[in-house]
Amino acid sequence: MKGRVHVAGTGIISAIGNSVPDSLISFKNHTSGIGKVTLFNSIYENDLPVGEVRLSNAELIDKLSYHSTVSRTALLGIYAAREAVKSSSIDLGKWRTGLISATTVGGMDRTEGFFASFLKDPSKGKLRDVVHHECGSSTELIADDLGINGFVSTINTACSSSVNAIALGARLIIHNHLDVVVAGGTDALSKFTLNGFNSLMILDRQPCRPFDASRNGLNLGEGAGFVVLISDRVKVSVGLNTQCHVSGFANTNDAFHQTASSPEGRGSFAAMQKALAMSELPADMIAYINLHGTGTLNNDLSEGTAVKRLYGDHYPRVSSTKAFTGHTLGASGGIEAVFSILAIQHQCVFPNLRFENPIPEIGITPQRNFESGLDVNHVMSNSFGFGGNCSSIIFSKS
Amino acid sequence: MGVYIKGMGNISPQNSWGDAPLLANPIGYAGDRLKCIEPDYSQFVDVKQLRRMSRIIKMGVAAGSLALQEAGLKAPNGIITGTSYGCLEDTGIFLSKMIESNENALNPTPFIQSTHNTIGSQIALLLQCQGYNQTYTQRAFSFEHALIDALLDLKDNPDQFILAGGMDEITNYSHALQKRFGIFRRNSSSSLDLFKGHDRGTLNGEGAAYFVLSGIKGEDNTICLDSAETFFKPAKTTFQNKILSFLESAGLRADEIDMVMIGKSGDKTLDIESDKISSSLFSSSSVGVFKHLCGEYPTASAFALWLSISIMRDKKIPDVVVQKDCRRPLNNVLIYNSYFANYHSLILLRTC
Repeated sequence: MKGRVHVAGTGIISAIGNSVPDSLISFKNHTSGIGKVTLFNSIYENDLPVGEVRLSNAELIDKLSYHSTVSRTALLGIYAAREAVKSSSIDLGKWRTGLISATTVGGMDRTEGFFASFLKDPSKGKLRDVVHHECGSSTELIADDLGINGFVSTINTACSSSVNAIALGARLIIHNHLDVVVAGGTDALSKFTLNGFNSLMILDRQPCRPFDASRNGLNLGEGAGFVVLISDRVKVSVGLNTQCHVSGFANTNDAFHQTASSPEGRGSFAAMQKALAMSELPADMIAYINLHGTGTLNNDLSEGTAVKRLYGDHYPRVSSTKAFTGHTLGASGGIEAVFSILAIQHQCVFPNLRFENPIPEIGITPQRNFESGLDVNHVMSNSFGFGGNCSSIIFSKS
Repeated sequence: MGVYIKGMGNISPQNSWGDAPLLANPIGYAGDRLKCIEPDYSQFVDVKQLRRMSRIIKMGVAAGSLALQEAGLKAPNGIITGTSYGCLEDTGIFLSKMIESNENALNPTPFIQSTHNTIGSQIALLLQCQGYNQTYTQRAFSFEHALIDALLDLKDNPDQFILAGGMDEITNYSHALQKRFGIFRRNSSSSLDLFKGHDRGTLNGEGAAYFVLSGIKGEDNTICLDSAETFFKPAKTTFQNKILSFLESAGLRADEIDMVMIGKSGDKTLDIESDKISSSLFSSSSVGVFKHLCGEYPTASAFALWLSISIMRDKKIPDVVVQKDCRRPLNNVLIYNSYFANYHSLILLRTC
């Protein structure tokens, strides 16, 4: 990689905390964020556990001193992006700054309400509830809030979206198109996605058990995770002491089935392998893999098979943090990138909650407990999505 | 450095596919909505698979197949798609069923196919393309960002073939909804008259276009995509300078642009800025317009790219496109698109 892309800041909001330090506390205490649906009424609210951010829209608006007409997706995004920028201490206005965000639902949480009225009568429903429906709208609201008017983009490759957003940010810095990029993703819980995943019969009615033999589906979550990426030039000029940089990434397609992963995990294997090749690291240098690990029968078997193909029996420490946060869809890559960076910053790895028995076909035992005082120099994070989209990214200690 | 245009496919409200000469018979649409002329999809996809595909997926697959056919390619190395609305039809179906049935007994297929990346991933699945696969959804920058990504990728690895495209559909729901924002013209008897008279409002459009791009020069490759850039809410005072510095990066002055293809919408208020730029910066260039042919939609610039390349190949601007013809040889062509005031983009084409 020509020139390094440094991580200058991180920001996060999810079911396990409204900030990076809060998330770390939840990991240390093994505190899961999975619970009942409270954000909206649904016939499944008592049956399907989810990972909700512990702030209502009104509380978010109040904490952000923001106006109330935007989607929850935008509010969550603004919340995490502000923390990322603040923690970076970069003056965005001084540089060629871009914002690349990822989302899959966009303003769906408000569209749902609008649509119920609109279906009865196309002249009904408040337009202000649908004006921010498009995915790009949440990104623009974050850009406006941060004062970014350079390159502003949104990626939607389903659940792999935010890794691709961070990778694009890194590429634009490597190619000297931009100096600073705020990159990540945001997705709010919505009735649309809850019903969508339920119709696919891949939601667990219990708190999810990723990589466990008894796993029976995923829990949906919500949140946002952003990183601030800077070039060598910015780092030197500002005199910033960054701890971590992006060392490799890859985007592949499984090209097997619209929703199911191939049994051999060909897309996920290729993503991990290509990201490693870009980083020029031997596979055994990876100290920890933050797995995609949704908890569905198909994903965990396919991803686990790919990990085994890459490592054999000598695989690194692995865990899925989705047992804490739920699957935050388009935000998951951003949220888990922040976790991966946190692992390097605090030389720790996170537990894979509720794990009891390895999946017999692959025999992988993930990390059971929070553990610190380790040498965590290189961390890989996996994010895979519908449509066969597979992405992996590697962060390294600087 | 530019990349070579290897092939293109465009499903649009005009006869933009098949053997028809370029805009020999331009089609006008009455009312506020233009509709794509769709091919027989069974030539591209197995009939069984077709039945599950929504219209935007079919249009995307057809445009991609046509582009690959023209490039003489079975499959590309990567697929990059730009779409603002994504798969609206399936989103609308799932949403309305969810509301009507009170969340009971829902068919998952429309949900599965509702995400924006379905178009690009369906093409990957059909072609067994396991390479790079990306979908941009930044309103009127969605297509431009697909091009910028392809340019970056081909700069790193020129020996690849990238399928990059832009597409958006109109559905009955989306049209009824957008109408309520008062952005469309009333009582339009023909879309071809979009720029005649002094009207407010534009016309709703749709389309799907894919392009095969590569760093490898073939014998008959004479047109290059040089660069693209997007400007979100640019300040009016500095925007002209931004255009000039974009051209300067390509080693060009404004008077070296032979034709500027401008994305005027037909709304007189919105078009003031585009007209000012074409008359002040590009006073000696030919000027073309296109939204009377495809309508206004977030990825209309993909239609403009197809049109501009076709014009450069033909070395002649069809009458229906001409706003001003300076009869210059068409070596440097700039597409300047604007979309509802906040979104401005530039795409530069050159002969090579």
